Amino acid sequence: MSGAVGEALIEVADVEKVFSVRRKAGRLRRVRQEVRAVEGLTFTVPRGEMVGYIGPNGAGKSTTIKMLTGILTPSGGRLRVAGLDPSRERTRLARRIGVVFGQRTTLWWDLPLKDSYELVRRMYRVPDAAYRANRERCVELLDLGPLLDVPVRQLSLGQRMRGDIAAALLHDPEVLYLDEPTIGLDVISKAKVREFLREVNTERGTTVLLTTHDLTDIEQLCRRVMVIDHGRLVYDGRLDGLRAAGEGERTLVVDLERELPPIDGLPGARTVKVAGPRQWLAFPAGQSAAPLVAAVAARYPLVDLSIREPDIEDVIARLYAGGVPGVAAPPAAGR
Amino acid sequence: MVDVDPVQAAVTGESAAAPGRGGGRAAVVAQGLRVYGLIVWMWVRSTLAYRASFVMAALGNFAASALDFVALVLMFSRIDALGGFSLAEVAFLYGTASTSLGLADLLLGSMDRLGSRIRDGTLDILLLRPVPVFAQLAADRFALRRLGRISQALLVLGWSLGRLDVDWTAGRVLMVPLTVVCGAAIFGAVFTLGAAFQFWAQDAAEVQNSFTYGGNAMLQFPPTVFAKDLVRGVTFIVPLAFVNWLPALWLLGHDDPLGLPGWVDFLGPAVAVVLWMVAGLAWRYGVRAYRSTGS
Repeated sequence: MSGAVGEALIEVADVEKVFSVRRKAGRLRRVRQEVRAVEGLTFTVPRGEMVGYIGPNGAGKSTTIKMLTGILTPSGGRLRVAGLDPSRERTRLARRIGVVFGQRTTLWWDLPLKDSYELVRRMYRVPDAAYRANRERCVELLDLGPLLDVPVRQLSLGQRMRGDIAAALLHDPEVLYLDEPTIGLDVISKAKVREFLREVNTERGTTVLLTTHDLTDIEQLCRRVMVIDHGRLVYDGRLDGLRAAGEGERTLVVDLERELPPIDGLPGARTVKVAGPRQWLAFPAGQSAAPLVAAVAARYPLVDLSIREPDIEDVIARLYAGGVPGVAAPPAAGR
Repeated sequence: MVDVDPVQAAVTGESAAAPGRGGGRAAVVAQGLRVYGLIVWMWVRSTLAYRASFVMAALGNFAASALDFVALVLMFSRIDALGGFSLAEVAFLYGTASTSLGLADLLLGSMDRLGSRIRDGTLDILLLRPVPVFAQLAADRFALRRLGRISQALLVLGWSLGRLDVDWTAGRVLMVPLTVVCGAAIFGAVFTLGAAFQFWAQDAAEVQNSFTYGGNAMLQFPPTVFAKDLVRGVTFIVPLAFVNWLPALWLLGHDDPLGLPGWVDFLGPAVAVVLWMVAGLAWRYGVRAYRSTGS
């Protein structure tokens, strides 16, 4: 693997994809209608980064992934992955990327896992030594040993997903696209998959673009997140920035020695709930908690306290609804 | 969207992706064959892992196609000739058509799953791999049991060759394997055309089946028993008549029901080549269209 960390591996500039859909209009008449799946999409991903790519259903995530892999030809704009134009140099790019679809397997349904791997090895012409090393590593870290002789159709969803991830990494891809890799998995499988992805990203320096509905995936794996809605990027930056951008509020939960009237008179904070000796104070996510804690401690008999981060799902729901001002233009943060 | 001339796009579409332009085509073909072999070998291995089940399936395949021929033999217990053709001659038509179709079906029969792959989105997975989609699709679920039909057809062909009243010159002997191979190539091109058509109409597998399996059922009978318009149709429009009818007319010394000149009987290889060129263009154009619409 060549190139320093920080060099742009994925470059997307002003990319759009327009589908022409034919709709029924009357008994025989069909009306052509243009649907913009993706519009003015611009971002870059440096080598070695792990980026979360989120958005509601139909926002354009899959279309983006398909264009980045070369399956779909963009209608306009410029795309480069590892210096290649995906749609023109699809088969050459294929050797340098790995793709995992949560919903469909890239393995051969009726063949044992190890036969699928063997086919991948020969299709991608993976050198023997690299293949053996990669396979061993994946088998060990993803617990695939007992599954190698099992036909893929007999694997559980979690086992299949681990098998799929291993298959996508056998040829040492520089970029790994994951489309909903944890969908439908139980908690233990999810944890295993996440841990493995983190290892792949940090140890091998593989660039990862992760599409998901499970925000825990993003919280645990990605520092940078891109949010797409209606084919446009509505946020691109750090995950904690997303919270602030969503105008989320953090909550200070304080346990007092005894029941007291609601705390008030503290700058920037308001009491939102009182239950016995426990009180909840909301304050802006961008504001430091330290002065607030000090002020409470100085004026009230404090027993215990904790701080709750704003719920990321709420923030994103608000972003999807388009109700967040000031983040429509992707900030440069996190680049 | 940048408009590309469709024919040029069709020709360069896939090969542009290969390293180097000029030698790209040959390299892509070689790689396609290699991958085809790889996948087929994997399926053969997994089929043979359950030997008993494979034997049963092949026998079933053999028996199913043998029943056709039994019906033909029963018919000849009542009549001496069908449209001027004896039982041995009809058996020759049966053997050549069925062997050709069997070979094409064995090698390319999985192509008709393209439509369902488009519908369930698994075609995308083939497009993600660094090898030709055509080879992956053609080799997918390679069904070795189809050897059953081929061996049954070869048995009938062998039996007919022993009983035909033909002066076996070197040219006539050579014509038999040539007919079978060209016939297989023509059927193969029709399979490919049918598959390519599914890029636009995902439920078109049945249309293609009517030309391949239906065509085979027709070619097992002499052309003289069919209406002339039908014979014209399978000569000039969907040239299935070149699979075995026309070469057999020459080989067996029968008159052409359409009164075409004698040299037409030898056009089989040329027809196969032209049909494959059309099929290849349709395929490339189909892949191109799929990649711009994604549906």
